[in-house]
Amino acid sequence: MNTMLLFSSITRKVLMALAGLFLVTFLCVHLGINLMLLKDDGGRTFSEAATFMGTNPVIRVFEIVLFSGFLLHIAYGLLVSAQNRAARPSAYVCANSSDTSFMSKYMFHTGVIILLFLVLHFIDFYFIKIGLAAPPPGIDRHDFYHRSLLLFSNPGYSAIYIASFIVLGIHLNHAIQSAFQTLGLNHSRYMPAVKIIGTAYSVLTAAGFSLVPIVILLFK
Amino acid sequence: MNFTLKIWRQKSAAEKGGMVSYDVSEISSDSSFFEMLDTLNKTLIDSGGDPVAFDHDCREGICGTCSLYINGRPHGPVKGVTTCQLHMRSFKDGETIHIEPWRAKAFPVIKDLIVDRSALDRVIQAGGYVSINTGGIPDANTIPVPKERSDAAFDAATCIGCGACVAACSNAAAMLFIGAKVSHLALLPQGEAEASRRVQKMVACMDELGFGNCSNTYACEAECPKGISVVNIARMNRGFLGAKLLSEKEKAIRDSL
Repeated sequence: MNTMLLFSSITRKVLMALAGLFLVTFLCVHLGINLMLLKDDGGRTFSEAATFMGTNPVIRVFEIVLFSGFLLHIAYGLLVSAQNRAARPSAYVCANSSDTSFMSKYMFHTGVIILLFLVLHFIDFYFIKIGLAAPPPGIDRHDFYHRSLLLFSNPGYSAIYIASFIVLGIHLNHAIQSAFQTLGLNHSRYMPAVKIIGTAYSVLTAAGFSLVPIVILLFK
Repeated sequence: MNFTLKIWRQKSAAEKGGMVSYDVSEISSDSSFFEMLDTLNKTLIDSGGDPVAFDHDCREGICGTCSLYINGRPHGPVKGVTTCQLHMRSFKDGETIHIEPWRAKAFPVIKDLIVDRSALDRVIQAGGYVSINTGGIPDANTIPVPKERSDAAFDAATCIGCGACVAACSNAAAMLFIGAKVSHLALLPQGEAEASRRVQKMVACMDELGFGNCSNTYACEAECPKGISVVNIARMNRGFLGAKLLSEKEKAIRDSL
């Protein structure tokens, strides 16, 4: 950890950006599997995909990479935010009203909300899968399909789930173009496209993940 | 015009400061912000009070001496100008105007609205120059420089080092300032030779001085009186990464830092 702290501010941001971009690609895969929940075949396709993800050796290795990515992104996020707070020990009396993207100032706050959601998500699924927590009565600990249906049929849970993904969308909207800028990939010809794609990706991700509980609540 | 001013008063770096309210009246709408403060100070001096200390020099927007965080924005509400180029017609009659110093750990308050911005000079000293004698004015076109590069270098070189980018940044980061200084030299043949060493030294110095990290909110670009683009930050990041990853004499540079 010491050498990680010794990295320069730019190196730390670059590592954070790379980890973040990796997490962005992971979201796409996760969303694809989640959408299989909506297929009307009693969860067969979804369960096959879940079994593949749970047993394929390449995916198993990638799960370790994924957890490392999460840890790196979260640890640096906290470290960088702490340094940023320390860089302005006495706050302005009259709050900043500069003309900037409003949500970009709340990356730490949205990040913490996503982290809390991640904890909830782990309690609901991952801990049950690896046997750390007991599954609800009548549901096998590997049966993610019925577990999901049960959770999403609770409107309160679905509301928390959807709200978390709206927050994730806000986080991603700034994150994607920000990662390109941090990596030095700001080019006058391509940056407008990066910003549009980043916004589209964040909206589609939030909408896609939210679609599952909405469909289950309304139609199943 | 009449205004209520809420001004940060702080006797010295060691003492605690606070906002103090003053009323100024019969201010011409054509007077500059500093002329308005001069009027206030004259009143304060005439009544035996302590005038408000603020930085100013050229008063024509080119020296980078003036500062002031006015109503939540460095250099006030008008885009692309320094405080000395701000006029009272940009405010509403009867408005309450909050005036604070730049706030950053790297910019300690000296008195009232004056802060010590020598941290920026230290970053320049760490490597923001060309270490060979460039001689007199060369004949035109002896060193070919493409027009686009020369324009981009000039745009970066318009930075006056006022520190508004640091003041505006929610993290008190100096990335736009350093990005501009790194860029204007790295883009030209005279500065290119030492570019990879320079960027590493300047970033190392920036980290030491306690500036924050860049989170790409781009408040710096929005508030820069010279309109310096955040493209310069990306160029610095690119140069820094390239230097760290590809520089052959990495150890020699690290030792010299």
